[in-house]
Amino acid sequence: MEKFTKLTGIAAPMPLVNVDTDMIIPKQFMKTITREGLGVNLFDEMRYDREGNEIEDFLLNQPAYRKAQILVAGDNFGCGSSREHAPWALADFGIRCVISTSFADIFYNNCFKNGILPIGLPQEDVDKLTEYAERGANATVTVDLERQSITGPDGGEIRFEVDAFKKHCLLNGLDDIGLTMEKAASIDSFEAQAAEARPWV
Amino acid sequence: MSGKTLYDKIWDAHLVHEAEDGTSLLYIDRHLVHEVTSPQAFEGLRMTGRKVRAPAKTIAVPDHNVPTTAGREDPKNMTEDSAMQVAALDSNAKEFGIHYYPVSDVRQGIVHIVGPEQGWTLPGMTVVCGDSHTATHGAFGALAHGIGTSEVEHVLATQTLIQKKSKNMKVKITGKLRPGVTAKDITLSVIGKTGTAGGTGYVIEYCGEAIRDLSMEGRMTVCNMAIEGGARAGLIAPDEKTFAYVKGRPHAPKDDEFEAALEWWKTLHSDDDAHWDKVVTIAGEDIAPVVTWGTSPEDVLPITDLVPDPSSFEGGKVGAAQRSLDYMGLTPGQKLSDIQIDTVFIGSCTNGRIEDLRAAAAILKGKKVKEGMRAMVVPGSGLVRVQAEEEGLADIFREAGFDWRLAGCSMCLAMNPDQLAPGERCASTSNRNFEGRQGFKGRTHLMSPAMAAAAAVTGHLTDVREMI
Repeated sequence: MEKFTKLTGIAAPMPLVNVDTDMIIPKQFMKTITREGLGVNLFDEMRYDREGNEIEDFLLNQPAYRKAQILVAGDNFGCGSSREHAPWALADFGIRCVISTSFADIFYNNCFKNGILPIGLPQEDVDKLTEYAERGANATVTVDLERQSITGPDGGEIRFEVDAFKKHCLLNGLDDIGLTMEKAASIDSFEAQAAEARPWV
Repeated sequence: MSGKTLYDKIWDAHLVHEAEDGTSLLYIDRHLVHEVTSPQAFEGLRMTGRKVRAPAKTIAVPDHNVPTTAGREDPKNMTEDSAMQVAALDSNAKEFGIHYYPVSDVRQGIVHIVGPEQGWTLPGMTVVCGDSHTATHGAFGALAHGIGTSEVEHVLATQTLIQKKSKNMKVKITGKLRPGVTAKDITLSVIGKTGTAGGTGYVIEYCGEAIRDLSMEGRMTVCNMAIEGGARAGLIAPDEKTFAYVKGRPHAPKDDEFEAALEWWKTLHSDDDAHWDKVVTIAGEDIAPVVTWGTSPEDVLPITDLVPDPSSFEGGKVGAAQRSLDYMGLTPGQKLSDIQIDTVFIGSCTNGRIEDLRAAAAILKGKKVKEGMRAMVVPGSGLVRVQAEEEGLADIFREAGFDWRLAGCSMCLAMNPDQLAPGERCASTSNRNFEGRQGFKGRTHLMSPAMAAAAAVTGHLTDVREMI
């Protein structure tokens, strides 16, 4: 997994609430058997018309945001389907950080497996970042995972919380399957005990 | 110290390891797998030379992508990319030695219908699947939730999942339901009250007389949509109905082993003094047959109500409601029961079981689908389909003008050719009314099977109580 340490980039404002993973990547693009190449279809039904032409006023089609790396989103971002194709599409497009007041649980976890940092903040901080993002390509934002801080174009700093284990994995690009396999002995002994206690499982 | 909730008890029984910060390794008893969210996970195993740790606890079935029309055993009758995903599941199941129900098997169906039907899902288990509607299995008092593909790979390789414990939420539905009100109306009404993020960070336990009175199938409908309320999982404590349902199923324990299991299952309920982080109570008598009007499952209103005015909401929901109405082509103040539809879909892991088909058939018997409408029934599994044919339900549907299909997810997520065309409006028994969910620019109204059947007859959203 790609590490996430410090990112300075353009932030795109998407204040829509309840953006679901069907919106992020519609199902017709889930027929792939690889993780790559989904960026071009990120937000497909909002981004292109039926002929495949870009819809000019859609956020990520606007010149200022075509290279956005940070998304400042509305409440409950990533709700609905568990599809990991959503973070795959975001990452493939180049979005490495999503900021919102709240995230749906499965999407939130899926982000960390794909080098994307989801940051939950109080409404007033999200509002401030939305305001920065609305300035377009002239205003970059820096997200520092080690320090757990976001710095805006005016130098103001916003602190954020992140789970210590998830932070560790993201900073070091760790594959958590490898980490769990180091606990194989615990799994073995649990399995032996469980087979005794609940042999029908 | 306070007592334990059902969630606490299942959690404790599956805890392999807990770090100081609460990061936990949870053992997984059943891993259900389908063709859309698993190919990358199996590929990951191959690339790292890893094996499936517990193939006997891993069950695969293709459902999301498969056509629901005859002749689908022949890959030539599938679109190329669908055929490729199904072929990948076929070969992965063989290569890794996991249980498998191919499309040619009568037991094939939607993974969340097949699991309980075959007795894979049992009380007190942990169940995961790369699908958010895994919450369905919570109806058995099993801790069941959806996971992403990286987590699918993690479970395949280690039979565990890295988790942090969620908070406990109690949703109590008191009293009796009124005639015409179903499990679907309960679960939609709860989401209407709590919102799609109301359950985020929680595991919900549904309880109360109205929940106890539900059949196992009704309970599955309720738990299925826990995720639509933001909760990872929904649970219902197992009782005599649960034990009777499970007994005798192919993979359920038998004889002495069943008795031993039963002894433990009977302990699986929340203690009276358990701590709840959040409690929501709804009177069963207050629940009406409901429909959704917008593009979020929280956009729920009784069928007797009017399309709301976006200005009646607060914050970001004002803009979202306006966007929903624009997308849905509706006007504030319009009567919900005046909304004309052109398509009806009965099926899905929410409402594709035999009782759902019986409820719809009871409304349709001796009636016809309104002229010009497209209506289809997609049974949740091959076995549901066979049973419905034996009970004469299939004939009722066909005579009414419904298309009688083969089992799969079908138009619930419209990955296969069963889709809405732009602007088409559907009365649907599925679980999501998101933009584009049932087809590009398609419009979805969620409701119970009986309500969908009533709408099929009249051609508009209809209060089923007028027809019973």
